[in-house]
This record gives sequence, structure tokens and C-alpha cells, in this order.
Amino acid sequence: MANLKWWKIAAIVLVLYTIIAGFLMPVPTLPILHESIRNLYFHVTMWFAMIIILAVSVVHGVKFLNKGQRYNDIVSSEAAKVGILLGILGTTTGSLWANNTWGAWWVNDPKLNGAAISLLFYFAYLILRSALPDEDKRARVSAIYNIFAFTMMLVFIGVLPRMTDSLHPGNGGNPGFGGYDLDGNMKMIFYPAIIGWSLLAVWILSLRVGFKVLVEKIQNN
Amino acid sequence: MLLYLINKEIKLELRNKYALGGIFLYVIATVYTSYLSFKNIIHPATWNALFWIIMLFASINAISKSFVQDSNGRQLYYYTILKPQTVILSKMIYNAILMVFMSLLCFAFYSVFINYLVQNLPMFLLSLLLGSIGFSTILTMVSAIAAKTNGNFSMMAILSFPMLIPFLITLIKVSKLAVDGIDNSVCYPYLLVLILINIVVVGLSYILFPYLWQD
Repeated sequence: MANLKWWKIAAIVLVLYTIIAGFLMPVPTLPILHESIRNLYFHVTMWFAMIIILAVSVVHGVKFLNKGQRYNDIVSSEAAKVGILLGILGTTTGSLWANNTWGAWWVNDPKLNGAAISLLFYFAYLILRSALPDEDKRARVSAIYNIFAFTMMLVFIGVLPRMTDSLHPGNGGNPGFGGYDLDGNMKMIFYPAIIGWSLLAVWILSLRVGFKVLVEKIQNN
Repeated sequence: MLLYLINKEIKLELRNKYALGGIFLYVIATVYTSYLSFKNIIHPATWNALFWIIMLFASINAISKSFVQDSNGRQLYYYTILKPQTVILSKMIYNAILMVFMSLLCFAFYSVFINYLVQNLPMFLLSLLLGSIGFSTILTMVSAIAAKTNGNFSMMAILSFPMLIPFLITLIKVSKLAVDGIDNSVCYPYLLVLILINIVVVGLSYILFPYLWQD
């Protein structure tokens, strides 16, 4: 523990706190949701962490286009992969919840479509990368697609769900996670949970980037 | 310069009659195949969805070649005398013109062979216009990216589908409203979204294309 950086310790503490308190602390009893409201600490936080990590990916993509540093490309692509992992976790937790609450693993809903489209974007990103053999070209073209995809994704998940009613909590008059029914107790876990999962994601990213940098170093020698 | 380039694209297209003819024939053949399989569609939702799916694949087919058909020598020549923004804008405008014509043709054939169910024609035509422009802007930029991977068709589809699906969902919604003859005021928010997506795509392409071009 002694040689761990402070934010890694914070990640461990916050995630442990989220898991323990998330399952044990009292939650408000709401119709339909009942105890499944605890999914707030795991499902919703995954999307927060995913957006943060994908934003990291885009920022490094922009940096690559400006400076052409190999390192930025490594961070950008690895962040996209971590983002996909978080996206899959977010979809899985959401799907499990939906099966218990709505009685179906998947429904045609703007928010779910947004999630599916975000994942499709980044799968396409990985396929694009694998289709470009030349390193410099791969970095540049995929950075361009990354910026394009991220902006479009923000437009889609920001605008489209507001256009129609939705079954999803927080839309169309359903008891949501935000606002009136998120009591003090839940906020005490929800906000630390966002920070905890995001830090954990950054930790995974830093490990993967370190690994990739080492691999390149060995290959170049 | 922009007009000159668009003019060149049109001339080039008219010279290679097989390309333009191929696209139109593709649309007609698809509509006719649908006619043979469906005979007559009386359900507005199905009518509308089938129309847009035909349009989707026809436009991917039509636009996927926009950056492949320019030879390397010609691209190098453009590179020395033109601003990259001019190139992407000219391609987008040209493709938009092409797509508007194609969508009108598709709509005409579709109405004749399958059925004509549109009750609010001006709104439907407006959605057709915005849809063709949106398809062409999204697909032009994606085809520029896909051309870097030696432009195979599947890459074009993979890269563009995540962007086209939400656009298509909105488009299908607004044209369904037009087909059902719902009042215009209900359609405006959807039209606004379509215009917003168009603006975002054009803006992004304008900023990003110069980076894509520096080979």
C-alpha cells in the first residue's frame, strides 16, 4: 500500500465503500424500482466513467492530430478499449436490471438505442484501426474517426432521448434516479461511487498504457 | 473554386454514364424487387420503413465511391492547388445534389409500384430533402475515412451505420408523421434535430478533413 499513489488508494477505498454501503445502506422504497434502485451505484456510474474515459480518448486524439506524438495515440486507443469495457458493463448491469423490472432483457427505447450506438461506434473504431496497417496513418485516421464519433455520440445521447417518451427511469414520468427521489443517503453513495469507478477506470487505463509503452520499447530495441 | 469543382464532379459523373446509371438502376431494381415480393403495401409504417431502408442502402452504394474514383495523380494535383475544405465541401454539395435527385426518383418509382400513402406531401418532401442531404454529408465524410483503408464496401457500412441509425430513426419518425398527415407543428422538433445533425456533420468534416488529407 505504501508505494501506491494517493488516487489509487482513493479508488480502492471508494469502490469498496460503494459495494459495501451500496448493498447495506437503506434506500427509499419506490414503486416498481424497490431494492433494484441500488443499481444506481453500479449501472449509472458505469456510464459516467465511460463518458469520462472516452473524453480522455478524444482529448488524446486531438493532441495526436496537433503534435503527432506516438504516446497520445496509445492513450487514445487504450482509453477507447477501456471505454468499451465500461460500456459493456453498463449494458449488462442495465440489462439485468431491466429483466427484473420490465421483464425483458432489451426494449426499444431511446436510451438503450443510444447505448447500443455508442458501443457500435467504438467497435467500428477498433475495426478501423485493425484495417490500417501503417502506424502513422492508423493513428491519424482513427483519431479523426474518434473525434467524429464522440461528437456525434454526444449529439445522439444528448438530443434524441429528449425527443420521445421513454421507459427508462428519469424519462417520461417514470420514477427516476435523479431529482425528487434521490434522497440524502443515496447521494452519499452515488457521488463517491462515480468518482470511485472513474478512478478505477483511469487506473486500468494507466496500466494498459504502461504495458503498451513497454511492449513498443522492447520491439524497437 | 467551389462551383468549379462541383461542376467538374458533375461533368465527370456524366462522362462515366455507367456510374450514374448504375445508381439509378440499383434504386429501380430494388424498388421493383420489393414490388415483386410485397405486391402492395397498405400499412403506412411498413411502407415508410421499407422506403427509407431502400434509400439507406442506395445512398451507401452511391456515395461509397466518392473518394475512390479520383486517381492518386489527380488527388496529388488537387493537393497542390486546393484547400482541403474546398474539396470536402464540393464533394458534399455534389453528393447532396445527386442524392436529392435519387431520392425523388426512388420516391416516384416507389409510389407507382408499391403504393402512394403520403397525406402531407410538402412535409414528406421536406423530410426527403433533409434526409438526402444528411445521408450525403455523413457518408461523404465516412467515405473519405474509409478510402484510407483502400476503400472496401464493408468498412464504409461499418463506419457509417452508428451515425446513420439515429439519423434514420429520426427521419423515419418525421416522415411517418408526414405519411399519416399529422399537422406540421408536430414535425418541427424532428426537422430541427435533422438540421442540427447536418450542421454538426458539416462542421466536423470542415475541421477534420484537412488532417485526413495530408498524405
